[in-house]
Amino acid sequence: MESTSTPERILRGIALTLVILFFMFPIFWIFMMSFQTNETILQIPPSLSFTPTLSNYMALITGKLTTAAGTLDIAFMGNLGNSVFLSTASVAVSLLLGVPAAYAFARHKFRGSEDIAFTLLSFRFAPPLLVLLPLTQYFQWLGLSDTYIGLIWVYQLICLPLILWIVRGYFEDISADVEYAYRIAGHSWFATFRKIALPLAGPGIAAAGLLAFIFAWNNFVFALVLASASKQPVTVGALAFVTSSGIQYGQIAAAIVLSIAPTLALALYAQRYLVEGLSLGAVKG
Amino acid sequence: MSDTALLIENVDKFYGPKGHGVHAVKNLSMNVRKGEIIALLGSSGCGKTSTLRMIAGFEPVSDGTISLAGRQVHLLPPVKRNVAMAFEGYSLYPPLTVRENIAFALKAKRLSQAEVDEKVAYIAKLLEIEDILGRYPSSISGGQQQRASLGRALIRDADLHLLDEPMGQLEPQLRALLRGRIKHYIKERGLTAILVTHDQTEANALADRIAVMEGGVLQQFDTPQKIKERPANLFTGTFVGEPPMNVFEASISGGNGSLSFGLNEGVKLDYQIAAFSPGVQAELTKRRKVVLGIRPYSVRRSADGVKARVAVNQWLGDQTHIAADFAGGTMVLVEHDRTRLAIGEDIGIHLDPSSLHVFDSETGRAISHGKELA
Repeated sequence: MESTSTPERILRGIALTLVILFFMFPIFWIFMMSFQTNETILQIPPSLSFTPTLSNYMALITGKLTTAAGTLDIAFMGNLGNSVFLSTASVAVSLLLGVPAAYAFARHKFRGSEDIAFTLLSFRFAPPLLVLLPLTQYFQWLGLSDTYIGLIWVYQLICLPLILWIVRGYFEDISADVEYAYRIAGHSWFATFRKIALPLAGPGIAAAGLLAFIFAWNNFVFALVLASASKQPVTVGALAFVTSSGIQYGQIAAAIVLSIAPTLALALYAQRYLVEGLSLGAVKG
Repeated sequence: MSDTALLIENVDKFYGPKGHGVHAVKNLSMNVRKGEIIALLGSSGCGKTSTLRMIAGFEPVSDGTISLAGRQVHLLPPVKRNVAMAFEGYSLYPPLTVRENIAFALKAKRLSQAEVDEKVAYIAKLLEIEDILGRYPSSISGGQQQRASLGRALIRDADLHLLDEPMGQLEPQLRALLRGRIKHYIKERGLTAILVTHDQTEANALADRIAVMEGGVLQQFDTPQKIKERPANLFTGTFVGEPPMNVFEASISGGNGSLSFGLNEGVKLDYQIAAFSPGVQAELTKRRKVVLGIRPYSVRRSADGVKARVAVNQWLGDQTHIAADFAGGTMVLVEHDRTRLAIGEDIGIHLDPSSLHVFDSETGRAISHGKELA
């Protein structure tokens, strides 16, 4: 049995509490704000006692934002839908392209394989704004600007390198002999990939997919430039809360709560895979 | 030949670009008969595992051909070669139990469940893994995984069974027991097997013929007894045999019906020239420099022998290993009784001409073994 002394346990408890406070307080505060009106939010000193209101959530869901200057239409729920669709579709496309590519990079050392893998990673080095200017031009020529396909394509810059490099590390961790053993028992190359490599790398693929989803979800600048209001995700849609008559803190808070809910739920669900997958991919990648 | 199971002809293996890559296997040719057990014996990096992987189809052959059961297979994918293999790293499927792992190898054959169960039970009993059949690979020891992997290979009915270090992780008692059982199993079914090992006891016990490899080159391919008694060159002579062969450089002089080997520090071994066959006499007298090899088991002590000084005297429980300073080198001799020799004590060494292995000092090729030409 491992035994820890009492002071050690207390110190560890304090440290953990501090860390949790540090990371959770903003989320907690935003959660509280989402149930308040602008007046109670902006009151000084701030107070924890208020009568909770659901008006912020109501405004978001009905799409009618009532301000001092009148009623504004906001497309928050549409934005949320866009976010879900764009992120899910981007990750799906990335997985479809990235997992076989990762397998190829892990198993077959062909001429220039390292260079190609590195080039893919280097997509993440370039400042997005620099990439965006020429991209906007091209997209207008190609008729891709303000389309879901165009956005999903650009989102590959975020998702594909991530999935490729994390999953590659995972595939490299699987002993090639396990696959050989399967192949020598009379199975084709593709069956081996499907029945042995994919299931064994499953946790890594799940982790990479989740991480790519979070990154895609949080992306702001690509959609800001390349999409119009009807295609914009929540990150861009949130700008609508900065109105001429002031900033709607209550609605912003409610919008944040709503928009982090899906990723949070997904992350909590897949937490085990995420930690396992990240540590493996990071060390061995 | 109809009884040829495996035919390897002029096979080369390069890793990396030809010319400045690694030349792992050099012009290898060998012929394995149906029902034979062959051991590929050699130190690490000698090309034995590369050879095995080329036969299995995991490494492409750079040059040459491999035929199995009369078909050329070196261009076929592993699926189509009909070989079974036990991997050095076990390579069990983690999500499956040991039982499923072993039964898995039979999947392609579409046997009834009862037949599969019976075969698995039989092989599990043979390998002493009945009690872990329900466990997962991650929860069993290395030795158990190795036996499961061996079982997965042996249960198959393939043209050729490749066993890569099949018993490296087992305890000595179990290894000795399984050696016998596996040999019996293979022979009983008429299977053909190639086993890669660096353990010469294992090679001697299991194999009908041993292929000794070094530096990618096949040094000798013969029965265990021939390899021990008639090593083809200095490498095989010193590599096979425990403790290793004693080796001394010698210069030959002769005349007047005698033949002398002059060793370092003025040590001289004199023999009647009639102790060697005429062919050996002719070969030896035309050379000046040779290398003499003597197996530790054939070295005798006698009072009127050449003087040596005891440096180490070890009683191993069933035999004594004595190392003595002799002619500027060390002469190791093995005796079956416990000898009470003090360190520094002088002994006389007698080397019978029939126990002398003579090798060419430049090429290392064997010239003669005892009385006869190599």
